[in-house]
Amino acid sequence: MVMQCAEVWREVSNFLDGELDPGMRAAMEDHLRGCKHCTAVLDGARNVIELYGDERMLEVPLGFSQRLHRRLEEGMPRRRGKTFGWMLALGFAALMLLSFEVGNSSQLTTAPGLRSDMARSGMHIPLDLVVVAVSDGKVFHVSGCRFIHDKDKLQTMTAGEALREGYAPCVRCLKKYLSESQIAGQKESQTAQLEQEDPE
Amino acid sequence: MPETTASLEKLGETLNEEALIRRIREGEHELFYELIRPYERRVFAAAMAILRNEADAEDAAQEAVLKAFKHIGQFRAEARFSTWLIQIAVNEARMRRRKQQAVVMEPMVDQQDEEGHYAPRDFADWREIPSETLERAEVRQKLADALSSLGQKYREVFILRDMQQLSIEDTAKALGISVPSVKTRLLRARLMLRDLLAPGLGGSWSKALSFAKGSKPW
Repeated sequence: MVMQCAEVWREVSNFLDGELDPGMRAAMEDHLRGCKHCTAVLDGARNVIELYGDERMLEVPLGFSQRLHRRLEEGMPRRRGKTFGWMLALGFAALMLLSFEVGNSSQLTTAPGLRSDMARSGMHIPLDLVVVAVSDGKVFHVSGCRFIHDKDKLQTMTAGEALREGYAPCVRCLKKYLSESQIAGQKESQTAQLEQEDPE
Repeated sequence: MPETTASLEKLGETLNEEALIRRIREGEHELFYELIRPYERRVFAAAMAILRNEADAEDAAQEAVLKAFKHIGQFRAEARFSTWLIQIAVNEARMRRRKQQAVVMEPMVDQQDEEGHYAPRDFADWREIPSETLERAEVRQKLADALSSLGQKYREVFILRDMQQLSIEDTAKALGISVPSVKTRLLRARLMLRDLLAPGLGGSWSKALSFAKGSKPW
């Protein structure tokens, strides 16, 4: 079997890959022995395979592997270990405790008191009423009250100032105002009680 | 004997891979890193053959590996894991390339009739490969440029077969083409690269690497 150059070129790749049948291979080897051009083509193709087959030709960008692993890590589902149940139980307990605390604190700040501001002692005293405050005992009186004892520690101010500074009204001279406070307080208590019994 | 040893090693690798895959499916996900480690470069190279851009190829390679992990349950043992993985990478890269295609122009060589015969353009003698040739970065760059100048269908086949050392059958599977097509494209790719490189590597780099206009023999 005699092969022409063009036939040899068509089979160069198969020759190098060992894909030729023995007859064809022998014919090709015959041709190559006498053909410088075809030998150059075959050698060149073999060199191409060798050069490109070198590991150095398959370089990856620096840090490729690390970035790939990071991406994988992000895409993988988180694994639940044996401690997962315990962690879940602890988390639940912490949540319960937190909600209990929040409930308590909100009750302290927002739940209605038994007595309203209006029912507090001294609330019905006119704030611009001039009173006499006695620092000893922290009580304030209407001027001329018989129960002002320590005359050296008197101070004149308005009822509003006295209340702001923590003075309590004298239960005798300011009785009228205090009784009004008491009545208002009783009304407030009754309203609160009714609201508790029927929230609608 | 060396061939027998190589086959036994290959069998050992396959068995090891099978065991890894089984354990990954059973929930030991972290073993997936071990499974893909030998193929990371191949996955990147497969994507690079199609996309020709490092950043795009890296992104496609990452996505392909992630898809392989998510679909490991669909892997069938009759195929090689490496072929399956590279097939995913090729598909991922092709999909991305289709999206870019509106602005990418194909090189002339891709338009050629695959069935037509190829005749070498140059008969420069290139018998010896100096062992230190690849040490030179500029030589590696010339090789990369020459490869890059091939049309995509030739480049894909050449990279999978000659750079990643896949068998002809596995190359055909990974690319979804027939075995005769792989052989035809491979022959053309090898001869075109020889024509591009022989004048430089056989002699000097003084000659131009690119084909002269109008002198394409195919």
